Amino acid sequence: MALSGLDIFKMLPKTNCGDCSVPTCLAFAMKLAQGQAELSSCPHVSDEAKSALGAASAPPMRAVTVGVGGTAFTVGEETVLFRHEKTFVNPCAIGVQIQSGDSDEQIGASLADAAASSFERVQMALRCGFIAVQSTGDAARFASVASRAADATSLPLILMSSDPEHMAAALDAVGTKRPLIHAATESNIDAMIELAAKHSCPMAVRASGLDAVAVLTEKAIGAGLKDLVIDSAPQDAASALRDHVFARRAALNQKFAPLGFPTISFPGEVSDGDEMLETVFGALDVVKYGSIIVLSGAEPWRMLPLLVLRQNIFTDPQRPMQAESKIYEYGTPGPDSPFFVTTNFSLTYFIVSGEIESSKAGAYLGIVESEGLSVLTAWAAGKFVPERIAKFVAASGIADKIGHREIIIPGAVAQISGELAEELDGWNVVVGPYEASDIPAFLKRRAG
Amino acid sequence: MTFQEPIEKMSGRIRELTLGSGENACTVGGQNTLSFYRWEGDMPHAPVIAMEVYDVAPVGWPESLVAAFGDALSDPAAWARVCVEKHGARLICIQLAGTDPNGADRSASEAAETVKSVADAVDVPLLVYGSGNADKDAEVLKLVAEVMADRPCAIGPATEDNYKPIAAAALAYGHVVIAETPIDVNMAKQLNILITQLGLPADKILMDPSTGAVGYGIEYSYTVSERLRLAALGQNDDMTQMPMICNLGKESWRAKEAKTSVDEEPAWGDAHKRGVLWEATTAITMAAGGADVLVMRHPEAVDLMRQAIDRLAAS
Ligand code: SF4
Repeated sequence: MALSGLDIFKMLPKTNCGDCSVPTCLAFAMKLAQGQAELSSCPHVSDEAKSALGAASAPPMRAVTVGVGGTAFTVGEETVLFRHEKTFVNPCAIGVQIQSGDSDEQIGASLADAAASSFERVQMALRCGFIAVQSTGDAARFASVASRAADATSLPLILMSSDPEHMAAALDAVGTKRPLIHAATESNIDAMIELAAKHSCPMAVRASGLDAVAVLTEKAIGAGLKDLVIDSAPQDAASALRDHVFARRAALNQKFAPLGFPTISFPGEVSDGDEMLETVFGALDVVKYGSIIVLSGAEPWRMLPLLVLRQNIFTDPQRPMQAESKIYEYGTPGPDSPFFVTTNFSLTYFIVSGEIESSKAGAYLGIVESEGLSVLTAWAAGKFVPERIAKFVAASGIADKIGHREIIIPGAVAQISGELAEELDGWNVVVGPYEASDIPAFLKRRAG
Repeated sequence: MTFQEPIEKMSGRIRELTLGSGENACTVGGQNTLSFYRWEGDMPHAPVIAMEVYDVAPVGWPESLVAAFGDALSDPAAWARVCVEKHGARLICIQLAGTDPNGADRSASEAAETVKSVADAVDVPLLVYGSGNADKDAEVLKLVAEVMADRPCAIGPATEDNYKPIAAAALAYGHVVIAETPIDVNMAKQLNILITQLGLPADKILMDPSTGAVGYGIEYSYTVSERLRLAALGQNDDMTQMPMICNLGKESWRAKEAKTSVDEEPAWGDAHKRGVLWEATTAITMAAGGADVLVMRHPEAVDLMRQAIDRLAAS
């Protein structure tokens, strides 16, 4: 249970020595209570206090890592319900489920889809996060398909079977890769706990409803397991949403330890086999507290929207709506590279930037300070007008970087080109595309 | 330790607002809980979808959209009929993009004609969006308000720059105003205050806090909607308790991930499914953020969202 700052203070040495880099023990206690400090920062705390405070100062939602090496993912450890309060911590993992009973060709195709669902966007690699292998054949087949999935993709694995013998066989094959065991249930939990402990693997607990889940996680915690994942097996989409909200609130607001774990969800289970609807509910899981989201397929047309949505939702909400006014460089620009200008509205910058980036050409982009307005609005408001653009160009130092004197303006403000040419002595003003999405074609035409 | 359901009741409630009149009237809002949190409050009206039609035939739309509507794309009345009769649209949103002075620059009277023709073709409530050019929208929407005097609709976007004439026209002819602000909680609230100060009742305002699609700023719009909703429900802040509208169809289909063909980007897979999902995932995110009216484009995305909403709203 959560302790107040004062409760914690009573257990500290009260010497105000400052070694925790907070001036007083009381201030340190307050920080600890708010989860802004770690108990280990105080070198003088007694063992007795340590064990008493340890439980209270543990993060309310545990971080769980699945897999090993560069492709491993960590989920959980979230601290807020709403992203404006603080950046969500660990992006949810999105991956695909395959059936061990399927034919080798089918499995090969699914693994190929998973491997191909890899994209780069705004300098971030987006990819299918894991392979969940469900046992639908015998134990030996389960183990061999799990090995094949690991070898073919090197992605983290989720092993899905309620039969401890199947799980044991698969763990003997791939247990060193830290797969997630899915799932311990009311009927197999003792055997599953033993397997999770033996192989030091994270374990998901599945039961119908969060109260039943909590009974099982308490049992697993009692047996010494720490890395747990919860699955409330919702019957429909409305219950799935409710359980996600309840689990997050129980962990963060109630500090209810049995639910202080990441979740795993199967949007396909509430979509009647409709893969499109499944993707829509997958998106809802991304925004509403899903930690591990298991899809029935990994084709790029469904992975891409979900991975991009995740990238968006897990960014820093404080990221300003204005991009810094300066010259941005793309690829390896040279003296002949084109020079674009646009406004500092972050979405404008982001869209234009993405288009130039995707054209893979070397280029310069000048962001003119325009009070965070989009091109047309900024122009109308007098913030993206020839005088200001000329001033920016003069101060930016772009003239030293490029040999030519050609400036490309957004097509939406074609009307300023004459006046801008007057302001920018010796420059040639080129009207660029109206829509940023036409930039790659525009660049191709120019080059060709 | 036993699990106690962490129910969190909210003190505020969203205003109910009725679009249109008569037997096809459509009421939105009225909830005292975050969207779809029906276990701790009521949501008497689930989010509703308005299908959009354009005053001038769109150019550059991907194959999947062109195939969905065919020739109707060049006739807003026919297009609206397809939406209502074939796809069960409960609302039609007329986008008067052709009135943009930097585009086709259609006149206010031509725009009003278009709105009239759609109104004659379908009997569901209408929403009318101007091109986003503040001065032109004021002119166009004034006339639209007048010719639609016997058929209450929603007109917008009314912005900081042109809310006065638009709100005055809505007040004079009994329409709802769509108040649009650029992804900012305080500006959204402020515009609601300004419009009500002109005498338009608070239950005649639909808030449009602006939308970005997945990959194009949706995180900002999602969070601003969520914060507006938390202010409305959690802090009982009267001037944020308007239902919200999200004009997401056009934003979604501007995304290159939605409209690029598989030949151009083989690594992105099936263009049709990808485009439909780009719109539908944008829609579910904004619905979760609090949108009460979703303006959408592709019939399959509409159908998916309708199914998703039905399932989430089922108690
Ligand atoms: S290090 Fe420990 S004893 Fe020293 S001031 Fe901080 S809390 Fe107090």
